[in-house]
Amino acid sequence: MNEALWAPSAQIETLKQRASVLASIRAFFAAREVMEVETPCLSQASVTDVHLATFATEFIGPSYAKGLPLYLQTSPEFAMKRLLAAGSGAIFQIGKAFRNEESGRQHNPEFTMLEWYRPEFDEFALMDEIDCLMQEVLSCEQAVRISYQEAFKTYLGVDPLDIELDELKSLCAKYGYEEIAATEQFIDPLLQLLFCMEIEPQIGVDAPCFVYHFPASQAALAQLNDADPRVAGRFELYYQGMELANGFNELTDAIEQSKRFDEDNDMRTKMSLPEVEKDQRFLAALESGLPACAGVALGIDRLVMLATGKSSIKEVIAFDVERA
Amino acid sequence: MANYSTNEFKGGLKIMIDGEPCTILENEMVKPGKGQAFNRVKIRKLISGKVLEKTFKSGDSVEGADVMETDLAYLYADGEFWHFMNNDTFEQIAADEKAVGDNVKWLVENDVCTITLWNGNPIAVAPPNFVELEITDTDPGLKGDTAGTGGKPATLTTGAVVRVPLFVQIGEVIKVDTRTGEYVSRVK
Repeated sequence: MNEALWAPSAQIETLKQRASVLASIRAFFAAREVMEVETPCLSQASVTDVHLATFATEFIGPSYAKGLPLYLQTSPEFAMKRLLAAGSGAIFQIGKAFRNEESGRQHNPEFTMLEWYRPEFDEFALMDEIDCLMQEVLSCEQAVRISYQEAFKTYLGVDPLDIELDELKSLCAKYGYEEIAATEQFIDPLLQLLFCMEIEPQIGVDAPCFVYHFPASQAALAQLNDADPRVAGRFELYYQGMELANGFNELTDAIEQSKRFDEDNDMRTKMSLPEVEKDQRFLAALESGLPACAGVALGIDRLVMLATGKSSIKEVIAFDVERA
Repeated sequence: MANYSTNEFKGGLKIMIDGEPCTILENEMVKPGKGQAFNRVKIRKLISGKVLEKTFKSGDSVEGADVMETDLAYLYADGEFWHFMNNDTFEQIAADEKAVGDNVKWLVENDVCTITLWNGNPIAVAPPNFVELEITDTDPGLKGDTAGTGGKPATLTTGAVVRVPLFVQIGEVIKVDTRTGEYVSRVK
């Protein structure tokens, strides 16, 4: 190891640019009267999402002599929705999120996330606002939009909402993923594989690209679409080879939300992953009434990578995990 | 041989792909925020030398390849095999044409080469970075030009052809960089 590990992984000049990106984001929301909030990094509940791995720790102290299990949050979503249910109105947060098992050119196990919620917006109104923010921060072109179904039809010639597992497996094999296809039992990981490897590099090249109406099976915390329940009010934003943001027309129904957590846990069992206890405080907040809203999480580090032309996340954060 | 999970992937790790030992050149994690993670790796097949990309589902395991490198001195060729010896144990190993490949032109007796062994059998031979070889043929008519512009081709004892400066003559020994195939200097 020749590099000195005390020194930052980012140049000071890049950190100055980063600071100015953060300042312009705060100015953007101040002008729109969206309130900045801070919610706990350490939460008593974790998430059931099968593709998220959490860091766990423990508080020991007054009232908790035997220890209180705590989880580093993978996103501030549940806490922010509790604020919305309590009547906060439009809110945004710039804070750290933590995801175990993720490290690489576009991933650091702790990263900075911008998350905001807009009562009375649907996902398309929120996309308009994200588009404005992108143009302000990156001076980029106006974003384009394509549905998940159109993206698959355009680039791969198949309908992702009407495809059998076998057909999907042979398509994956055709693109050189025969080993993965051979052992995979579920449709969604294969759709994600083809999307990441074969579609993503072709979209959002010149202008940012919103992909909307994700399949209901990948709805996560989004409402299903009234007109076509095969799809959900979930969208993602891609630009220059990077997944930048994920947003929802938020699910407000506590019973449906609880059911989705149960389904996650069923899938966890099938995948030999430990079950995760449902966040009862979040569910209780939904029960008390979450206003109809749209929300989005945007990766600030990746936004700064685009703003500064850096190809690796460690070049835009002061100290990456290797130097932390 | 042990299996390696994708979390153990890194440059230099030797794994089996399509029944052939490979070395990992690059490893990148690709993961949608809400979705399955994958590892996209660039690998070099150690026998064919082919470089290709492969994608694995993160968390999957791949069989490791029993590949090791050992430094052995080149002894001689018998027409079919090239023979190498461990200078400490005097143990000898014979490499075939496939393993020696194009590097045959850099094999100098007693030079220590790096031999790649898969399951104990040689699959690749890497010569030292610099070798010294005698010139057996080059155009002698171009004397007096010491500027070294362009140079001329020279054939070495092993059959290798290297561009040399115009002042270098038949019978002289030169130092060559085997990684680039370029002339370095004359050897007195």
